[in-house]
Amino acid sequence: MTTASSEIDQKPAVTALRHKDLLGITDLTPEEIALVLDTAEAMKEVGTRPIKKVPALRGKTVVNLFFEPSTRTRTSFEIAEKRLSADTLNIAIGTSSVVKGETLADTALNLEAMSPDMIVLRHSSSGACHLLSRICRSAIINAGDGMHEHPTQALLDAFTIRERKKQLAGLKVAIIGDLLHSRVLRSNIQLLTKMGAKVCVCGPPTLIPTDVLRFGVSATSVVEDAVAEADVVMLLRIQLERMEGAYFPSLREYFRVFGMTEERLRLAKSDVMIMHPGPMNRGVEIASEVADGPYSVILDQVANGVAVRMAVLYLLAGGAEHEDAA
Amino acid sequence: MPVVMDADRISRSLARIAHEIVERNKGVNELALVGVRTRGVPIAKRLARSLREITGHDVPTGALDITLYRDDLMRHAVGPQPLVRRTEIQFSIDDRKILLVDDVLYTGRTTRAALDALIDYGRPKGIQLIVLVDRGHRELPIKADYVGKNLPTSPDESVQVRLLEIDGQDEVVLEQGGAS
Repeated sequence: MTTASSEIDQKPAVTALRHKDLLGITDLTPEEIALVLDTAEAMKEVGTRPIKKVPALRGKTVVNLFFEPSTRTRTSFEIAEKRLSADTLNIAIGTSSVVKGETLADTALNLEAMSPDMIVLRHSSSGACHLLSRICRSAIINAGDGMHEHPTQALLDAFTIRERKKQLAGLKVAIIGDLLHSRVLRSNIQLLTKMGAKVCVCGPPTLIPTDVLRFGVSATSVVEDAVAEADVVMLLRIQLERMEGAYFPSLREYFRVFGMTEERLRLAKSDVMIMHPGPMNRGVEIASEVADGPYSVILDQVANGVAVRMAVLYLLAGGAEHEDAA
Repeated sequence: MPVVMDADRISRSLARIAHEIVERNKGVNELALVGVRTRGVPIAKRLARSLREITGHDVPTGALDITLYRDDLMRHAVGPQPLVRRTEIQFSIDDRKILLVDDVLYTGRTTRAALDALIDYGRPKGIQLIVLVDRGHRELPIKADYVGKNLPTSPDESVQVRLLEIDGQDEVVLEQGGAS
């Protein structure tokens, strides 16, 4: 009872998101990130009720436009939308006019003619969401664009870390795996450094992007150095489908040098959290014993994804402040 | 800026309401208090303390955030969304009599939202409404069961309830201009 009273006294520094879209973590201030995470805490409680539904987005239409395969993100968004009482529409590549040669912009404009309020977009091209943001009146939520950003994944990762560690500032977070092709990495390093965490990225030299250091993170190819004294170890999938060259000799060798095993994990702090945005390649970036072990919060990440996406949908439904009311 | 209730007056009103609750419900069995965020929550906790002093029994107490149930949420095409806070009801409301607590009763729209929110948690045996101040001007057919003070107001006045736990002092003030 006493915790509740101390909590209601605090008013956050920022009380609304003043953006039309969520294109990336780049556009968010630390205060806005904190607002999303605080709102997600309230949203998480909705998922524990006997009736897991609130009328907040009644009458709003949300289109889930997925040009890439996705189980977790698409279902997570859809559950989040339904829990907020929005009407949802799912469009997947195989069944859309895209197979007949329609461009992304034309698809979006045609959908927009039916007046949706928000479009959740997953696309294999970096910047696809920015294109839609310019031509659409609807709010655009980036559900992963190429190798660019995946902001809701970074937000749910931060929510999961904050839930266990109370705060992000001062934590050492090791991010290990296919750094080059990872939009999760690009969103996560921006979010974590904005919130004051120390990030160390690790992978084969061929998979470390040259621009990564400008975000103020350290990089290494020695996995033991990355894991040492880490509070959080986040593993990234080896994205074979995006690899056109030979980045490392074999998956077996990758596991031998970089794979997260119980032995390597002993170098981290005793209360380390193991995270993976999914889908996992067991025996490549992560050993099964670690994925299913006591330090793993991988399924918590999935559960928290719904609450975080509810928070984003709710906060964006207000629109940008400076826009003219239509 | 007239002070319409001071700290003594507030505490006497809440003590009286606590006695009325016990009398009307013949004890505190099956009762639970739910405060509407923000200022309904400390009022609910004070009532729980009084009920304990009177009867020796603890009454479960929770906090309800009604933001996601507001009827003005999506009325404007564009505008910042109000802040959502956590609802904390750690007990089943099924077959209990719920004492819903708010600071000011005005149009009744907050109470309507609170009733909808509560019913999503279960099927209470009944809901009774407690308010510190009833300032009139109802827009919905809603009536309080326990009232600290009936305060005739005009629509261009605003009623500010300040509580020790949140604002550092206890008082109810009637201010000119701006709807509350």
